Amino acid sequence: MTNTPPTHAPQGTEAPVNPIARFVRATELDTRMLGMVGALLLIWIGFHVYGALMNGGGVFLTPRNLWNLSVQTSMTGIMATGMVLIIITRNIDLSVGSIVGVTGMVMGLLQVEFLPQYLGLGHPAIWVVTVVAGLLAGTAIGALHGWLIAYRGIPSFIVTLGGLMVWRGMAFLSADGRTISPVDETFALLGGGPSGSIGAAGSWAVGLLGCAAVLWILRSGRIARRTHGFALRPMWAEYTLAALGCGSLIGAVLVVNAYPWPKGILKQQNLPEDAFIAHGFAYPVLILAVVGILMTILMTRTRFGRYVFAIGGNPEAAALSGINTRWVTLKIFALMGMLSGIAAVVASARLNSATNALGDLDELYVIASAVVGGTSLAGGVGTIYGAIIGALVMQSLQTGMVLIGFGDGSYRKIVVGVALVLAVYLDNLYRKKTK
Amino acid sequence: MAHSGTPLVEMRDISISFGGIKAVNHVTIDLHPGEVVGLLGHNGAGKSTLIKCLSGAYQADQGDILINGEKVQIKSPRDARAQNIETIYQTLALADNLDAASNLFLGRELVTPLGFVDDSKMESEARKIMARLNPNFRKFNVPVSALSGGQRQSVAIARAVYFNAKILIMDEPTAALGPHETQMVSELIQELKAQGLGIFLIEHDIHNVMKLCDRASVMKNGQLVGTVNVNEVTDEDILGMIIMGKQPAKVA
Repeated sequence: MTNTPPTHAPQGTEAPVNPIARFVRATELDTRMLGMVGALLLIWIGFHVYGALMNGGGVFLTPRNLWNLSVQTSMTGIMATGMVLIIITRNIDLSVGSIVGVTGMVMGLLQVEFLPQYLGLGHPAIWVVTVVAGLLAGTAIGALHGWLIAYRGIPSFIVTLGGLMVWRGMAFLSADGRTISPVDETFALLGGGPSGSIGAAGSWAVGLLGCAAVLWILRSGRIARRTHGFALRPMWAEYTLAALGCGSLIGAVLVVNAYPWPKGILKQQNLPEDAFIAHGFAYPVLILAVVGILMTILMTRTRFGRYVFAIGGNPEAAALSGINTRWVTLKIFALMGMLSGIAAVVASARLNSATNALGDLDELYVIASAVVGGTSLAGGVGTIYGAIIGALVMQSLQTGMVLIGFGDGSYRKIVVGVALVLAVYLDNLYRKKTK
Repeated sequence: MAHSGTPLVEMRDISISFGGIKAVNHVTIDLHPGEVVGLLGHNGAGKSTLIKCLSGAYQADQGDILINGEKVQIKSPRDARAQNIETIYQTLALADNLDAASNLFLGRELVTPLGFVDDSKMESEARKIMARLNPNFRKFNVPVSALSGGQRQSVAIARAVYFNAKILIMDEPTAALGPHETQMVSELIQELKAQGLGIFLIEHDIHNVMKLCDRASVMKNGQLVGTVNVNEVTDEDILGMIIMGKQPAKVA
């Protein structure tokens, strides 16, 4: 150790004295993510303690609430992963809520009024055809927006603001404002609920598979570094990462497996009233997990992802490097449309109906999630996991306000609004400090 | 200097207009292997526009581009790269949010057999080329926005050199550099020239032109004033061409 001021320290030579800094450097964890997870835990504990003190019983940190929270987060989370790409390339998509509305309506009409005529009610193919049609419709709408933005030069704010109104109107017209209900029985499982969950054994399988993946990623990363002669993480850091990754997965399994089916459902299914049947992970949560993993691979491991970042960092440089920036932009919006379609599947399945208000105002929560999750509106910066944690933060605030007795929409909106502005302010401070 | 054989690049009778204004007006220039040709002229004379027709950023309205005597169509930066034409832009054209290796391979990423980007391999290759160009370079794992002007420049140069360019376009490569770094770029130009590359050098500093270039083509108001062999003229002659747009007396 010398007296050299830290700003002039050459990279990777001095070990920081502070144990937290040393931990962060050795594990190479993103400090911003650690901050977000910390904030999330604070929110959770805060709501729980407030409930315990003021309402005579904390209900936030219970398996039931955490399970519900996971399901409620899924829809926003799925769309937030796509919004990250949009915002990274310095665009915005205000139309996602309306795309949810119109694709939800398309799927509702298809599975309730159209397909049963040809296939028969309850035919096993109905849900598949419906989901595929919904995703295609979402993709087509997104591609249309992308084409107008990339090839016709209309700002994304305007195109998607128009889309916000047009598709909401279309959702209303497509069924003359009716609510389409109930949806196909298999389709409804995609929205979660006791039957729409994979149970205790399935959840353990998912959890252990996840653990295996964590270990494999750490191991192959270490091998790749050794092959190219880069600095390796110390072994204790590798073990810590493995323990953190597997620990949180197993923790999640324990939580969702601790939430049993309610008595009413047991009675409905002719099961004994004292039976303990665990929910396990709900399908929407698994859908979010799969979307999150695929989107992370897309953004960090493919050329497409690299080009998205490059366009966000310097559009001119990206074009001069031979990247077809227009085509990439179109694909980004088409992808956002498809993710809105997936969100519409989850939302309409969860409600067991398609209404023309489905997804109303979702665009605001989706954009807020991405931004709270560290996606910079200046472009070029953002992560998928950040957006999912951001969605969890936003949903936690909403749920928490309801649980402590401020369920009245006005208080909830105020808290969420303040949190959004505060999060971006803190992020700015963080970025200035780390620059 | 007399050149025998086919030129590496010929840009014949190139014209391009923007909204009725002729930015480049019937200009013809050429470049031979192992030669540095300076492109000179005031700001707005049309140098960068002309050269962007070669690098694929613009397409000429009129005229032909010949590489090794064969007519080629360069419709995009990708086409230019396919002809082994590499460009170091004045703005460097770096994506500030990406690290050095990602910028070096931008648009030409190395991929694994499964088609995923191979970051370790790219970083390893970036380390090799940077060790040659700028041995002090260490910042491989930070976005290039965190680099100094000279370090950014060396990333941009590495990008051009790595892919075995035959034709190199450098748009004011030393404009933002200190004396030591300028010296490094000069040495690099000499080295690449010795390897047989042809280099178009857009340059404002007349001393650099006299030192580095074999020939100089001067443009004014979109038109070519003339092309001279640098060792046959004085810097006064070249300044006269740039400012007055007149040919030096003894060169036809």
